[in-house]
Amino acid sequence: MRSVVTQAPAAKPTLRIRPTKGWAALNVRELWRYRDLLWILVNRDIKLLYKQTALGFGWVALQPLIGANILALIFGRIAKLPSDGAPYLLFVFCGLTAWTYFSNSMQRASNSLIRNSQLVSKVYFPRMLIPLATMFAVLVDFTVMIVMLFVFMGIYGFPPTFRLLAIPGFLLLMMLAASGVALWFSALSVKYRDTSYALPFFAQIWMYASPVVYPTSMVPARWHTVYALNPAVGFIEGFRWAVLGHSALNLNIFLLTIVMSLFLLFSGAFFFRRVERGFADVI
Amino acid sequence: MSDIALSVDQLSKSFKIAHESIRRRAYRTLHDDLVSLPSRLLSRLGRNGRATSETFWALKNISFEVKRGEVVGVIGRNGAGKSTLLKILNRITEPTSGGADIYGRVGALLEVGTGFHPELTGRENIFLNGAILGMSRAEIRKKFDEIVAFAEIEQFLDTPVKRYSSGMYVRLAFAVAAHLDPEILLVDEVLAVGDIEFQKKCLGKMEDVVANEGRTIIFVSHNIDAICHLCSRCILLRHGEIEKSGKTSDVVAVYLGGGQQQAPVVNFKLANDEAGFQVAGLYDPENRPATSFNANTPVLMKCSFVVRRAIPGLQVSFSVFNFKGEQIFYSTSSMASPALPVESAGTHHVAALIPSGLLLPGRYFINLALHIPNVHLYDRREQSLGFQIIGSPGGYHGFPSEELGHVHADVQWRRSEESSR
Repeated sequence: MRSVVTQAPAAKPTLRIRPTKGWAALNVRELWRYRDLLWILVNRDIKLLYKQTALGFGWVALQPLIGANILALIFGRIAKLPSDGAPYLLFVFCGLTAWTYFSNSMQRASNSLIRNSQLVSKVYFPRMLIPLATMFAVLVDFTVMIVMLFVFMGIYGFPPTFRLLAIPGFLLLMMLAASGVALWFSALSVKYRDTSYALPFFAQIWMYASPVVYPTSMVPARWHTVYALNPAVGFIEGFRWAVLGHSALNLNIFLLTIVMSLFLLFSGAFFFRRVERGFADVI
Repeated sequence: MSDIALSVDQLSKSFKIAHESIRRRAYRTLHDDLVSLPSRLLSRLGRNGRATSETFWALKNISFEVKRGEVVGVIGRNGAGKSTLLKILNRITEPTSGGADIYGRVGALLEVGTGFHPELTGRENIFLNGAILGMSRAEIRKKFDEIVAFAEIEQFLDTPVKRYSSGMYVRLAFAVAAHLDPEILLVDEVLAVGDIEFQKKCLGKMEDVVANEGRTIIFVSHNIDAICHLCSRCILLRHGEIEKSGKTSDVVAVYLGGGQQQAPVVNFKLANDEAGFQVAGLYDPENRPATSFNANTPVLMKCSFVVRRAIPGLQVSFSVFNFKGEQIFYSTSSMASPALPVESAGTHHVAALIPSGLLLPGRYFINLALHIPNVHLYDRREQSLGFQIIGSPGGYHGFPSEELGHVHADVQWRRSEESSR
């Protein structure tokens, strides 16, 4: 009975349902209210990813290890690409650690809404939480790779320095950029199912447009500004700088990367908000 | 001071049905859109592009209000827009125009096990589902034991729900939603699954919630028994529009009557100059003309007919058919005891009382006949009278009427000694 008494005089509706026209507000407050759900979705994603696989987390370590060795063989041994003086395998593994997070989150987030179509078409909650949850779930893979990276540093005799303290900062930058891309692609893939087919191909091209297998110093200096429009350039080079202490990164490129990442994030979020109202009808 | 829980105003929702072959698929591909981009731009510029899609209105100008503590049923045939309405109220999809104002926290139980992940355990799913429905983790923890007890799944808490039976699934889903403490609960056809015992339990819980906590429920169902049992008021949707809304018994009557309300009393033109019906009607126990009857009240059928000259062996009879056209029973004046002769010339007025507790809820028709059986038919009036039975004889059974057979039998059950072999 208590609830009747307290609720009865409500003259203002708790919720107004009206068609939205054009761009919608981001509604960050609602996202915050649903933070428990975000956390539960992250947990679920992590659990599901490695449930019923024989190697479990072993996959997380094995994939980049083999990948880095293949890249080191082809681009280091055969093509003899420069590595700014660092051992090539360490150089490429460093780039791969950052890149793998970016590309994994992009690919996993892009079909996250379709994977959760049961939820999207049946219950209400801020849809943005689904692709954003994958951003955090993929961090598990990233953590495994960081640990492996430290092991590599030990093997190659690179002592840890204070520069490593900058890693969380670059990680944040990386997550911002990845979230932006994830929001764009997840929203697109609801409407266009072939997004998820195009994406691996797209990710491959993006990787070669980023300093993963080669250093930024190989790119002519006058192109650096254009090159840095790719937000991946900033965090990959930042990462390398933190680990290896050598990078062609300068403040301009770095600032440009921050601007680009924020641009991706906000444009992605607004695009997502704009198309999400149709999700339940088309998914 | 407002006691409105929900007000829906001129709510409409349309879908575009695509006609172009590419668009016939449920979703498009980026390739398709890129290829058709030039032509789409052209048609937009020229404004003379042929129409490629047709608008389908799932809901058209729906307006209604629900008061706090009311239980409102939404009924209608498949595709009438019931689910779309709930989806809009639950913000899963947006209206095309119009809107709704909701006063209070909304909880929804739209389909069984939505938000459940088959790979996760019952425990994990309770938290997941609770969070999806808008509960905080602390809230869920507080209600956890109650939810588990209600769902009766203690032993299976740490089993992945993919190994659950469908009954367990529903129980868990309902338990989470029912303990959500929403002020307004939207329920869609979930009681169709699950065993009878649990259905009763769910209905009981919903009644509790309504009676003790003054919560508002919007209940969509095909199960007319459940609707009659729970809802004081009903809305009947038909092709996206409100066909009727009001007292449950009236609305259900229209729904079961397929839209055409039959008059309780019908006058006939004399069919011939030997013998013919003049008037026939249905009456409630207070002798008021009626077309809808409670299962626990008898239906009184009265008719008057003229016999021009005495016809030896003449009988007046009627048959009752259900809405599928299946005959339920037949009765004739020669069965009457004491005897009821109608052979003499003149105007006869007869009454037949269909006993209460016999017919199941549903729509029925009456055929009338004046005849000498197997010899001569003087007058026959097919589907001249129609009526509805509302509510179940013998209380709520928990399953749809089709499974109950054709009539209600007042079967006597008792414990018995072991039967001899």
